[in-house]
Amino acid sequence: MTRTPPARTGTPRKRAERSRLASAGLHLTLAVAAVIAVFPPLWLLVTSFKPRNDAFSTSLVTHFTLANYTHVVADTEFLTWFKNSVLIVGVTTALGVFLAATTGYAVSRFRFPGMRPLMWLLLITQMFPVAVLIVPLYNLLAGLGLLNQPAGLVITYLTIAVPFCAWMMKGFFDTIPVEIDEAGRVDGLNPFGTFWRLVLPLARPGLAVTGFYTFVTAWAEVAYASAFMTGEENLTLAGGLQTFVNQYTNDWGSMTAAAVIIAVPAALVFAFAQRHLVAGLTAGTTKG
Amino acid sequence: MTVAVRVRRALGTHWYAWTMVAPVVLVIGVIIGYPLVRGVFLSLTDANEANVERNIGFNHLPATYQFTGLDNYKAVLTDGVFWDRLGWTVTWTVACVSITFLTGLALANMLNRSLRGRTFYRLALILPWAIPAFISVFTWRMLYNEKNGILNKLLAGGGIDAVPWLNDPTWAKLSVIAVNVWLGVPFMLVALLGGLQSIPGELYEAAEMDGASAWQRFRHITVPGLRAVSSTVILLSTIWTFNMFPVIFLLTRGGPGDATEILVTYAYRLSFVDSPRNFSESAAWGVLILVLLSAVAVVYRRALRKQGEVW
Repeated sequence: MTRTPPARTGTPRKRAERSRLASAGLHLTLAVAAVIAVFPPLWLLVTSFKPRNDAFSTSLVTHFTLANYTHVVADTEFLTWFKNSVLIVGVTTALGVFLAATTGYAVSRFRFPGMRPLMWLLLITQMFPVAVLIVPLYNLLAGLGLLNQPAGLVITYLTIAVPFCAWMMKGFFDTIPVEIDEAGRVDGLNPFGTFWRLVLPLARPGLAVTGFYTFVTAWAEVAYASAFMTGEENLTLAGGLQTFVNQYTNDWGSMTAAAVIIAVPAALVFAFAQRHLVAGLTAGTTKG
Repeated sequence: MTVAVRVRRALGTHWYAWTMVAPVVLVIGVIIGYPLVRGVFLSLTDANEANVERNIGFNHLPATYQFTGLDNYKAVLTDGVFWDRLGWTVTWTVACVSITFLTGLALANMLNRSLRGRTFYRLALILPWAIPAFISVFTWRMLYNEKNGILNKLLAGGGIDAVPWLNDPTWAKLSVIAVNVWLGVPFMLVALLGGLQSIPGELYEAAEMDGASAWQRFRHITVPGLRAVSSTVILLSTIWTFNMFPVIFLLTRGGPGDATEILVTYAYRLSFVDSPRNFSESAAWGVLILVLLSAVAVVYRRALRKQGEVW
């Protein structure tokens, strides 16, 4: 940062210039904010390598151990929960991206009766509180025999993720020139062919964002997962983690190790998608 | 033109559009439409655990609950609990959204200039977003632990008495807000940073030529330039915070007592935690929450329209 002092006192300071003091203040503020942001996850990671009984010691790792990890993987149902979560989240993401893409494309390209109500429906669905739906949904799933079944949660998660994702996909499709569709039609493709072969490949960043959003929503969902899945072997990760620390047990060591294993895939997916994320979030919602 | 012909013609023109949206409409219709109608219906009855249709062993018991009209709503609205919870939910939402937004705005402005270590700061500051919320909440519970948590140990090192982070009503309220702000700042930061970067630099240069001060530039270029992004993120964030189930549920379970219980967690408690499970009252709470949120969205949208936003 080169510092050029203002030529005359009284001239307003330019944007690119700041005094040494202001510079230090800026770095100090950002550094404090960064420490606050990073500390909890970092502390979680540190704690997971401590022996169980030292979980709350303030020192850094003195006796490095992987015991928490081996305990979680070998002696608890963790792997089953992990498998449940991967299955549910995987299916939800695949289906969710596909449904969001077709809906987003239809809303972006065609003017059809029922389009405006549909847009409103997609927006309003996001406001539905878990609380108003959870009991009837519980009864509905019980009636269909879908309680404690992965399929039940998949369908539920689709209704949370798809409206928002369809809204985002519409924003992405709006940025793809309509001329491409027209060229496809001239070459004899029907609307589905145009969508599938021409437009969808161009919307890949959008698909990545939608996939990410669906993945994270389903991976981290707590309320439905705790209400609909019971019995150790049916839990997902969000439900399973609650069994380590509750009113009866306080196994913070296992909790931290399990938490780290859960957080890593999510953080990796996030790292890939984050650049596109906000463009998608805001494009979808402001252009409606 | 007869109806049949018109329908056939509409089908001919629009069938592919309708086919593409059909799965979503169907899924939303079944999974949200049905429970919503059913929820509204339940809220008009006296259904609870003891009188709904259920199976005990091989015996099938038919439903015996009755239609009671608006009794639940009358009971809920005249009971102090609802207004207490509503007051806290509004406080919680306003506090969380405003603190999150202002923090995000300040940090975005700091990051939106040439600065050594910019990428590092940016990555560090969005880290809380990358980790599933329930993991972060559990981590905070560990940090907040009254006897052994690191926060209190650090305070003890400075000779300060242990703070009952989650066990005292007032502290618990501050603690849940702090965690929610911690979780929400990255989203605001990234959204506002995107907004800042889309403001053309020439505007600032022109303002500098005209001798505008830093505050004037912020007030007359940055603020209007961010209006579209801000209005979107504030609305989204308000809706999300109002319904923020996981933070409260996993951090305090609404406790101590019901000090931190917001409307959604209380409604959940009525039908899944309390015994006997009171489905009808819970449904009435849910319907009231929905009405409140819709009102907020409509009013907000009106306000935006008045300012000339097209949304």
